[in-house]
Amino acid sequence: MVKEKTKLICIACPVGCEMNVTYDGKTVLEVDGNKCKKGINYAETEIVDPKRIIVTTVRVVKGLHRLVPVRSTEAIPKNKIFKVLDKLCEIELDAPVKIHQVVLQDAVETGINIVTSRLLTAKSE
Amino acid sequence: MIEKRYDVVVIGSGPAGLAAAIAAKKAGANDVVIIERDIELGGILLQCIHNGFGIEIFEEDLTGPEYAHRFIVQSKDVGVEALLDTMVLDLTPRREIYAINKRNGMIKIDVGAVVLAMGCRERPRGALAIPGYRPAGIYTAGTAQRLVNIEGYMPGERFVILGSGDIGMIMARRLTFEGAKVERMIEILPYISGLKRNYVQCLLDYDIPLQLKHTVIDIKGRDRVEAVVSAQVDENWKPIPGTEDTIPCDTLLLSVGLIPENELSKKAGVELDPLTGGPYVDETMQTNVPGIFAAGNVVHVYDLVDWVTKAGFLAGRYAGKYAIQQRRESERKLRVIAGNNVHHVLPHILDPLSLKREPQDLQLRVQWPVEDRIWINVEVDGKLIKQQAERYARPSEMIKVILSPEDYKKVVGAKELLIRVEER
Repeated sequence: MVKEKTKLICIACPVGCEMNVTYDGKTVLEVDGNKCKKGINYAETEIVDPKRIIVTTVRVVKGLHRLVPVRSTEAIPKNKIFKVLDKLCEIELDAPVKIHQVVLQDAVETGINIVTSRLLTAKSE
Repeated sequence: MIEKRYDVVVIGSGPAGLAAAIAAKKAGANDVVIIERDIELGGILLQCIHNGFGIEIFEEDLTGPEYAHRFIVQSKDVGVEALLDTMVLDLTPRREIYAINKRNGMIKIDVGAVVLAMGCRERPRGALAIPGYRPAGIYTAGTAQRLVNIEGYMPGERFVILGSGDIGMIMARRLTFEGAKVERMIEILPYISGLKRNYVQCLLDYDIPLQLKHTVIDIKGRDRVEAVVSAQVDENWKPIPGTEDTIPCDTLLLSVGLIPENELSKKAGVELDPLTGGPYVDETMQTNVPGIFAAGNVVHVYDLVDWVTKAGFLAGRYAGKYAIQQRRESERKLRVIAGNNVHHVLPHILDPLSLKREPQDLQLRVQWPVEDRIWINVEVDGKLIKQQAERYARPSEMIKVILSPEDYKKVVGAKELLIRVEER
């Protein structure tokens, strides 16, 4: 057993707890400095397989705006972020767009969907 | 010019404005309208496409547009009206609003209560006194955010960001996602000025270098930014000679603070606190001008939208109550009218409740002299309620008629009180 220590800043909420994390390989042994249990969950994922919610925009044809914002429904592995972004570059939606309309299903085999995060009406002529 | 009357007008449809309008309506205000200069409701939330909103209020991690959507839907459900694409030009201390739009032209609105929810502005380049030419390629971070997230334009390819506010850090990640290179973030303070989690997920995650205790001392380029020169600062924020570093780039973003937007507030006579840049407010969010309330970043700059929403609810609730009270009073009050041979009479308006409490003087002057015995008649809705005898009446001599508390039941519920002079 080789115990390793690292410092993490929790991003689960705006408090941003600074935590000392002791781990062995991919097992978290001890978390110190977190103010709630979200910190432990964050440390465990961050050591094993860091994940992030991803937000960007996709193109819309004939919409009130030229873009609609999109988000992943859950956090996706960090190493797949740019692959997902590349996929989203190829997508173009037709207005009107609903809120939480699926834009990309099972993005890059993460099992997670990318959905719109607002409604967008069609451009009035 | 169109003239309207509303119980409550909310200026601005960001999180504070939406919450205020909803709360005013729930407090019982009849008609509540939000005036918004953009073409849709939501304010700056619409360009804040990142997540992190709503953790306190909904216990969910929402993006800005999703957070706005919930309140937009709710505002429509409770019957809040919206005047979009409409600019408020003036607000008077008597709560008259002058606004303008393409459909109606000029609009005048008399309001029971106003909620100021105009938010804030970004501190611009001029406030920083950075030397150099005025080349293209210098933006505030929020302007760049609107261009990238709503309008669909990339303002540059290689960026330097001055200031470590949240919008700056979020834009560093956003620009990276869109294929740009963020060369560096420069912060004059010895610590970041935004939230720590944004430092982690926006800068650390994408290896964007952060230089603390540094500032930009020069901008190179005549037509377009070609480079910025950074330098380390001492404890007095003075650049240290010999630490200069030229960073080639084509765009400089400024994320150096926000200032409450109070141009309209000043016109209405609202007093501002020089420390916050926003109005002085009481515990109901009322300003020094009766019936004018304020909420959100227009009062002081918040770091969490959930708190802005709560401030909006508070201001809106009290604005609603104030407007209802105003309406009741104006419905209850009598107009005092000068009739035959009465030049004028004071007061112009009389609240019957005051008469119930104590005698009230009516003071009048006649229009022409009558050197004969006369009656001063006081009539309510055509019915004589009081008659006072005088031996003569001259414009130079003011006449007093006293209404007594016994007259209360004769005037209550009426619209007008008429005073006229008759021959005896």
